[in-house]
Amino acid sequence: MATDAISTFRPDTVSLPLVARLHDWVTTVDHKRLGILYIVYALVFLIIGGIEAAIMRIQLIRPHNNFVSPDVFNRMFTMHGTTMIFFVVMPMLFGFANYLIPLMIGARDMAFPRLNAFSFWLTAFGGILLYFSFLGANGLYGAGNAPDVGWFAYAPLTSRTFSLGHSTDFWTFSLLVSGFGSIGTAINIIATVFCLRCPGMTLARMPLFAWLNLVMAVLVILAVSPLSAAQIMLAVDRYLGGHFFDTQAGGSAVIWMHFFWIFGHPEVYVLVIPAFAFVSEIVPVFSRKAIFGYPVMVAATVCIAFISMSVWAHHMFTVGMSANVNTFFVLSTMAIAVPTGIKIFNWLATMWGGKIHFKTPMLFCIGFLFQFLIAGLTGIMLSAAPFTWHLGNSYFVVAHFHYVIVGGILFATFGAFYYWFPKMSGKKYHEPLGKLHFWLFIIGFHLTFDFMHIPGLLGMPRRIYTYEPGRGWDTLNLIATIGVFFQAAAILVFVANLLWSYFHGDTAGSDPWDAWTLEWSISSPPPVYNFATIPEVRSRRPLWDRKHPEDPDWKYE
Amino acid sequence: MRITGFSNRRARLAVPALVLLCVPVTALADPTGGSLSPTNIFAPVSTPAHSIFGLSLFVLAVTAAIFAIVFSLLVYCVLKFGKPTADDGREPPQVYGSNQVELAWTVIPVLVVVVLFLATARVLVGIQTAAQPRNAIQVIAIGHQFWWEYRYPGLKVVTANELHVPVSDPADPSPTFITLLSADTDHSFWVPRLGGKTDLIPNHPNSMWFDPQQTGLYLGQCAQYCGTQHAKMLLRVYVQSRQDFDHWVAQQSQPAQTSTTVSEGQRIFETTACINCHAVTGTVAEGRFGPDLTHLMSRETIASGVAPNTPENLRLWIQNPAAIKPASKMPAMGLSDHQLDAVTAYLTTLQ
Amino acid sequence: MSTQPTVISDANIPWELPSRGRVGMFCLISAESAIFTIFVVAYLFYVGKSLTGPMPKDVLHAPIFFTICLLSSSLTIHLAIKALKRAKVGSFALWWFFTLALGATFLFGTAREWHHLIYDEGLIIQTNLFGTTYYSLVGLHAFHVTVGLLAITTVLLFALFGYVREEHAERVDVLALYWHFVDAVWVVVFTVVYVVGR
Repeated sequence: MATDAISTFRPDTVSLPLVARLHDWVTTVDHKRLGILYIVYALVFLIIGGIEAAIMRIQLIRPHNNFVSPDVFNRMFTMHGTTMIFFVVMPMLFGFANYLIPLMIGARDMAFPRLNAFSFWLTAFGGILLYFSFLGANGLYGAGNAPDVGWFAYAPLTSRTFSLGHSTDFWTFSLLVSGFGSIGTAINIIATVFCLRCPGMTLARMPLFAWLNLVMAVLVILAVSPLSAAQIMLAVDRYLGGHFFDTQAGGSAVIWMHFFWIFGHPEVYVLVIPAFAFVSEIVPVFSRKAIFGYPVMVAATVCIAFISMSVWAHHMFTVGMSANVNTFFVLSTMAIAVPTGIKIFNWLATMWGGKIHFKTPMLFCIGFLFQFLIAGLTGIMLSAAPFTWHLGNSYFVVAHFHYVIVGGILFATFGAFYYWFPKMSGKKYHEPLGKLHFWLFIIGFHLTFDFMHIPGLLGMPRRIYTYEPGRGWDTLNLIATIGVFFQAAAILVFVANLLWSYFHGDTAGSDPWDAWTLEWSISSPPPVYNFATIPEVRSRRPLWDRKHPEDPDWKYE
Repeated sequence: MRITGFSNRRARLAVPALVLLCVPVTALADPTGGSLSPTNIFAPVSTPAHSIFGLSLFVLAVTAAIFAIVFSLLVYCVLKFGKPTADDGREPPQVYGSNQVELAWTVIPVLVVVVLFLATARVLVGIQTAAQPRNAIQVIAIGHQFWWEYRYPGLKVVTANELHVPVSDPADPSPTFITLLSADTDHSFWVPRLGGKTDLIPNHPNSMWFDPQQTGLYLGQCAQYCGTQHAKMLLRVYVQSRQDFDHWVAQQSQPAQTSTTVSEGQRIFETTACINCHAVTGTVAEGRFGPDLTHLMSRETIASGVAPNTPENLRLWIQNPAAIKPASKMPAMGLSDHQLDAVTAYLTTLQ
Repeated sequence: MSTQPTVISDANIPWELPSRGRVGMFCLISAESAIFTIFVVAYLFYVGKSLTGPMPKDVLHAPIFFTICLLSSSLTIHLAIKALKRAKVGSFALWWFFTLALGATFLFGTAREWHHLIYDEGLIIQTNLFGTTYYSLVGLHAFHVTVGLLAITTVLLFALFGYVREEHAERVDVLALYWHFVDAVWVVVFTVVYVVGR
């Protein structure tokens, strides 16, 4: 364990019995512990979701394969999507936000520590409820199992008529419960950022990480609520005989799509904006330069969040909306590319003229920049609605969004893991293993998702448990499946690195990266109270000011 | 400035990556007409598909240019600004921002967006608001779990799974306009070489059109997840010469060719549950839940494109549909071997 | 690394941040507003689209009296908080009780209206689109009123046992914010259901 003189993190807990230590963790309201709980929870589900993906890819390795039955495949893509979004990426990002925001703004905890714990356990319960469906969803007719309606659960496939048993209800209620947990965390983040900043830290001096998570939290509040509303309506339909989405009674299947995507589109920005936050912290430190254009970065993110509330129907271009409506959504979707591009340019400008240290966190951020650029460009292709009349609901879209979520968000998250692992554990990770993780993963990622674009261009729709030979899709699917094994190996290396380094790594010290934000001014891991004295700051990089008293930031801001 | 060995490796990755990204467009554009893949979106044969192809080339060109520029900048950064091995430990000059630069890379993307938007809007409106010429063929397509019903209201034809349309002469177009309905959940009609996809949504009629300019068989499949056998809801569109199409219509609008005596197979068909779901014009069978079987033998495939239409497959389908398409809505009829032979023999008379 | 604070030149300016209770409640209100918006959109979308059954204009009668009760409760809760801020605990308890009574009256009115609709007009959730959307929207609001009344009752009990004092005014004000939100939602629901939707 860390022997840093300032580290006073509960020396007595080392000798407590296991039950007492578990009780400590289960009843904790400390934001750092809850952050770690969220992250570990997300990692477990990452592996489960990855297994579901591997099952699908093995089924698709050749046409007319029968590795799994159609029913099992349909459950796999539903569970994979639902798990990855709600029980991997969101908890992972909430975990990092929880851990880091109070540290970065000089606070002792989040604004509402008990709400924090409650939100975590709601989310955790939601995930367990969803997976219980594998065992418990058999309805009266023995139908049902895990949900198999797709992660966006279009009506009327989700009605009692077409979705027998209770599998859809497990989808509905597990997300309703974890949705309330997400809203709770979002309220906490907003209140913390507005109400607990240390003296001198105006909003314009906050680390970009805090700013971007604030924007993300606002989006959660505005976006997850519509999903909750739609799910309540679905439950009314399924349990109380309501007709919200009952086309036989004059209801509309399209209105479910509108409600879902009013959630679904801002949701992807909820996922990606914290990834931007990671990159905005890591790239400056490893380029040894301040972030280029801080005010523009904030403004661009706020613009992105704002515009993201108006683009949702680009997921519905094939649904038969009028030309006027389609045209509007083409415009709003293309417009959002502008602030997003500005952010990429600002990160590049941060690297420009710097002294780049190619450590594992930076490698993952460079991967992020490359892949997010491509993902954004395929997004622009998809924003051209007539092009989406082909590409929508095809493997091109699947490749696009995996490029964003895996190539962008997961890469940035891996970077964050390596960057803040020393702070959270007090140990340095094993750098060569980190680089091995990076190379294995990027090879696997490109094998799978680069080649996945092409079957979409050749007419392969998504959500099919098998495909016909002779359409030119066979070899491409084979290559995509091979990539999975590289990615799986990379994840194993990653987990091994985390575990080995936690027990045997070198002591990290409080500031192994020579960084500039407040979390690096305290011990690793931080004491339970974070700061012995609440700091006062005068610029965006308080530690730069301390390390460079002859040339502090506040002279230039 | 010395560059660390590692960044050289990234540079060596860069070139093949660039090449890889240029491959799709050049390799997939298919002037030979679908030989690369029968469902290649870059091998259009109909006006909407051509229109989209043109737009897609433009969009691809713009995005490729953006990629080339930004990617080169990224590679340059990585190569040029690595920490030198003989590092003096001093921090590089801190640059906090530049209003002119920010303005430049705001204005230029806005202009690009405006151009892309105008090009897209033009194609979009052109396809969605196309007028119907007087000699357009009207079809009503009704999506079912997991098969396609086609009705030609003007021509009094009802068929299933294999759509026949006439070829269209660009000088005097005879497009096919399809009204898209659904009997149960959401589906989507996607035959890439003929046009983009449009969804079939219950209580929400949609319409689409295409005017194929080459005869042939065009493939596609359902593109909106509709349940267990979504993957097997295949599309087959036969584009025929005007003469062949008229001949097909004439044949399809006839009632079933029945002999004067009712065969044993027909009797079994009409007295068991078959007629609850299936229709044979000119007989008592008037079920609408399943495909119309009046001219069953005029189709090349059964089960919506899944199996060739042979007596053996027909027999197997009636005996045990799950062997061909598990979870299709056709139940195993529980007929004896003899009954199966008789019914199959009857069905093979439905030309 | 030491944690000596950096001296800031503007140390004379007091460092004031908003209260976390108010910020948290505003966030909750935003989230709830988004949920209500979706239900209102569904209601408006389905106006006139029911295939069968009783139509709004046949069966709905605007509950003016009960609406006045609910909106007045916003005034009484405001007066209660004002009294508490001036340490007039007795006055606070009285106005607080009136808030509870007015809110409960409103709920009673809703219950009476629903009883009439269900047993006399035959309108239930399953009847038609109007039934589904009406009961869902009004029911969601009534649920929020109920939760608010439970919280108000709890505070009333605390007050009656002498636990509520002047220093709690700000916390009680956060609850009042929620109550004002519930009333504002009723204004919207009333307009949509009894004015526009008929």
